[in-house]
Amino acid sequence: MESMEMYLPLIWAALIGVAVALYIILDGFDLGIGILFPFAKSEAERDQMMRTVAPFWDGNETWLILGGVGLFVAFPRAYAAIMPALYLPVIVMLVSLVFRGVAFEFRTVSHSKKGWSFAFALGSTLATFSQGLVLGGLVQGINVVNGQYAGGPFDWATPFTVLCGFALIAGYGLLGSTWLHMKTDADVAARSQRQARYWLIAVLLFMAAVSLYTPLAEARIAQRWFSLPNFYFLWPVPTVTALVAFACWYWIERGREVPPFLASIALFLLGYAGLVISNFPYIVPPSLTIWDTAASPGSQIFMLIGTLFLLPMVLGYVILVYWLFRGKVHAGETYH
Amino acid sequence: MDADPVLLARLQFAFTIVFHIIFPSFTIGLSAWLATLGGLWLYTGEERYQQLMRFWVKIFAVSFAMGVVSGIVLSYQFGTNWSRFSAFTGDVLGPLLGYEVLAAFFLEATFLGILLFGFNKVPPWLYTLSAAVVAFGTMSSAFWILSANSWMQTPAGYAIKNGVAVPVDWLKIVFNPSFPYRFAHMLNAAYLTTAFVVLGVGARFLLEGRHLREGRTMLRMAIGLAVILAPLQLFIGDQHGLNTLEHQPLKVAAMEGHWDGSKPGELVLFAWPDEKNETNRYSLAIPNAGSLILTHSWNGLYPGLKSVPPDQRPPLVPVFLAFRIMVGLGLYMIAAALFGAFLWWRGTLFETRWFLRIVANTWWAGFVAVISGWVVTESGRQPWLVYNIMRTADGVSPVPGATVLGTLALFIVAYGIVFSFGIYYMNRLIKYGPDIPEPPQDDLANFGGNPIAAARPAGRDI
Repeated sequence: MESMEMYLPLIWAALIGVAVALYIILDGFDLGIGILFPFAKSEAERDQMMRTVAPFWDGNETWLILGGVGLFVAFPRAYAAIMPALYLPVIVMLVSLVFRGVAFEFRTVSHSKKGWSFAFALGSTLATFSQGLVLGGLVQGINVVNGQYAGGPFDWATPFTVLCGFALIAGYGLLGSTWLHMKTDADVAARSQRQARYWLIAVLLFMAAVSLYTPLAEARIAQRWFSLPNFYFLWPVPTVTALVAFACWYWIERGREVPPFLASIALFLLGYAGLVISNFPYIVPPSLTIWDTAASPGSQIFMLIGTLFLLPMVLGYVILVYWLFRGKVHAGETYH
Repeated sequence: MDADPVLLARLQFAFTIVFHIIFPSFTIGLSAWLATLGGLWLYTGEERYQQLMRFWVKIFAVSFAMGVVSGIVLSYQFGTNWSRFSAFTGDVLGPLLGYEVLAAFFLEATFLGILLFGFNKVPPWLYTLSAAVVAFGTMSSAFWILSANSWMQTPAGYAIKNGVAVPVDWLKIVFNPSFPYRFAHMLNAAYLTTAFVVLGVGARFLLEGRHLREGRTMLRMAIGLAVILAPLQLFIGDQHGLNTLEHQPLKVAAMEGHWDGSKPGELVLFAWPDEKNETNRYSLAIPNAGSLILTHSWNGLYPGLKSVPPDQRPPLVPVFLAFRIMVGLGLYMIAAALFGAFLWWRGTLFETRWFLRIVANTWWAGFVAVISGWVVTESGRQPWLVYNIMRTADGVSPVPGATVLGTLALFIVAYGIVFSFGIYYMNRLIKYGPDIPEPPQDDLANFGGNPIAAARPAGRDI
């Protein structure tokens, strides 16, 4: 029993970590397309951009539900502490997702596409910015007393969280532009290739800023990275990040289609790994660990059994649908 | 600002969930309808089924998108507005929602992609299968979320340890006492709601004298379904009511406006419950009929509201009135379905214009009945959030009232915009009708004939 209470939260932390990573990647390029919407030259181009994700967006956002519900399942006390603390960014994110989600359908059935294109762009950008605020708010720490949030409604609002908000916009912009370069042709593909470089530069600047700021602001994070022997194990993380960034740039320049997208994903995963390394085992920094907030073993096991069957099935048919809609979306194809 | 955070949190949740439930009520039934049309198309090879299917897919897409985005909101509202409830019940309710996501949401969302965009990419059997998978997904979603809701009504299979509810027996948790009734009642309601929408649209086409063949198909299929489901709903509802009487007698007392448990209950047809004086005003009631329905005996007794102090009673007016709206609409739907079937049998269904006009204008009946039913069961659970275990006031998040008020206003504005456009677009899609080539002048000239069959190019096989 003792060891189960030790390992189950670790397994669940890993599973939720995977769900969040999948969400960031899948909805990342999806939201990224909304971020890139204002740069398109015509509604026809926007049609083409949207068609690259239209069959997938709903599934992509389901990973966000899984992230939230997964937290509720496995770490209910973390869910209960985090949500009230980040109340406003979470609600703004949800309302933004409402607008960008319905825009997929409304845009195709309305006579004038302009209004819903605007809603899609604004909703996607605001949702991304709010997700950055949530992420930053979590990293900078949440004031918890007796298991419940004990701060005010605007505790999350700091320069650091705003920095994270813009960083995520740049990140999703990079994922979106490399995705579009891979999935479209003609003008949209060419413009995406040009823009990918700027987004990459922005992402690297933001990554550097976050990497410098967090250890300076939080002693526990500096301790994690720069104490010995941790540093011996951790120095490859920034080194590999630099190499991947260089490769990404090189592939974009060479006009390669698939590798830049994969490299952007790798950059995301490395940044994500960095944040996990900085904060583990805290799920609500700086006070609650995964063990403090874990659901009872009975709950975690009941859900784990289902997950072991269902998650591979989910991944299977998600891959099936991506495979069915493989290939480029050409300029001027019909929508439905 | 001295806004009451509990009241505001309740208002916000009520608003977001009422908005949300409109769409599942429709999409659960509509996806089953799409799968049925797909099956008929595969089986008979008749193109009209395929065209009808693709027409309803467009409406489904708009409705489903609104259902998805308003559903994401709810999955976070437990934490944002009800964090103490989440911390207390997470061990029990979390896995139920987790199964809903893994076993239902992904299924729906992923195969929806094929249903909306795959018509030209996948073979007809896979297209139809996708509709069936989406229908199954929506149904399993209802299974899990109603299990979770029912557990809050009739908690079972748990123990309280270190101040939180922990699971003891998952079978008892999932199949808690009120779950089978609530699940059957809601699922049937969703199919019935959709049947009345399809009925309304079919009637509208016939009245306008266009898409006659499709309109007739819709009318026949909708009446055929409703004539079974509407009376069945009365039976399920009655069983659900008896179950509620067993586990939540005060909810039933509020539904019936039954104050004094020492006397047989009346069947109150209409009244205005007066909570201050503990009586019903302007009451129109049938003596002893309440006892007859609930206890199946003329002088049967069941608990009245006065059996507990006022602070343990549910809010009477919404429960009492919403129950009457639900039952009234249910009876209307039974009458409309039976009368429609009678006209069909007489062979005058498509010509009885007054009947068509009524059903064309009552497509909303199921939606209002569903919302009223939820008001009954959720308000009737008050003042408990988890029945007899956690009071609503103890489940709320430590978030200031002003913040909740601000976001409530945000939700009202945002949903107001999205809902208005959604209804407008769906109505316009229905107005355009199925995407079938027909010269527009035939619309008005040939009412009574069948212009579509004439206008359709012959021999377009699948």
